[in-house]
Amino acid sequence: MIVVNTELIPGYTIHEVKGLVQGNTIRAKHVGRDLMAGLKNVVGGELRGYTELLIEARRQALERMLAQAEQLGANAVVNVRFTTSAVTQGAAELYAYGTAVVAEQEN
Amino acid sequence: MATFWFQILPVVAFLILGFSIGTIVERAHFRRLARREAALSYMLLTDTKSIPQGCVPQPCGLVVGDVVIASDYFKTFVAGIRKIIGGELRTYETLLERARREAIVRMMESARAMGSNRVVNVRLSTSTVGSSQRRRRAAMVEIYAYGTAICVPDDPSR
Repeated sequence: MIVVNTELIPGYTIHEVKGLVQGNTIRAKHVGRDLMAGLKNVVGGELRGYTELLIEARRQALERMLAQAEQLGANAVVNVRFTTSAVTQGAAELYAYGTAVVAEQEN
Repeated sequence: MATFWFQILPVVAFLILGFSIGTIVERAHFRRLARREAALSYMLLTDTKSIPQGCVPQPCGLVVGDVVIASDYFKTFVAGIRKIIGGELRTYETLLERARREAIVRMMESARAMGSNRVVNVRLSTSTVGSSQRRRRAAMVEIYAYGTAICVPDDPSR
């Protein structure tokens, strides 16, 4: 599966558009991580726990999107976009969407 | 009187701790960023959708870079005071600059791992990671960078 956030895929021609596919996940951080983040607020710097959590969550959103694309019989997703929104305090929704297409390599 | 000192002492201690460690961490981070950016200087980033002519189809795909950064106690304190009189919050500017550069460098590093030398259609999104603490809210920001990694063989810089 080819995933790009451009409208076209270099070296490929798009034969068929299968439609919009999407994937989302809502994640909350656990108390331990929150505690560590509280400590980090004193000295500053990167919050690795949160970074990993968000990377993992986005990967899942992307995977759900790809599963949908696969179900439609597509082999690529173009014009992928990500959005993040806070649902409640301490929980965030990560949303990925794109257009599922059938692409074929040019000769 | 004693209770007053008990209240003021931790704040002063946190301020000193935040300022000293925070400054060291920030300087080290900027140095690290400069080094990594220099190593990736051959890579070209654009935020346009168009794909340059003559690029090879093989290394092609989504690359992402993600970072969550927190401000230190000193920065938060200074920003808190600054918010009363308004104006530029310089302490947060450097924080976001660090985070954004870090996210972009991480994105470029995963593009390099794929064997590409360009990232097109770069998008950056910023979101706050809410803190559940009721006391003074420290800034916790997530910067997310993503784009499409491609390879342009006749790039003169490569």
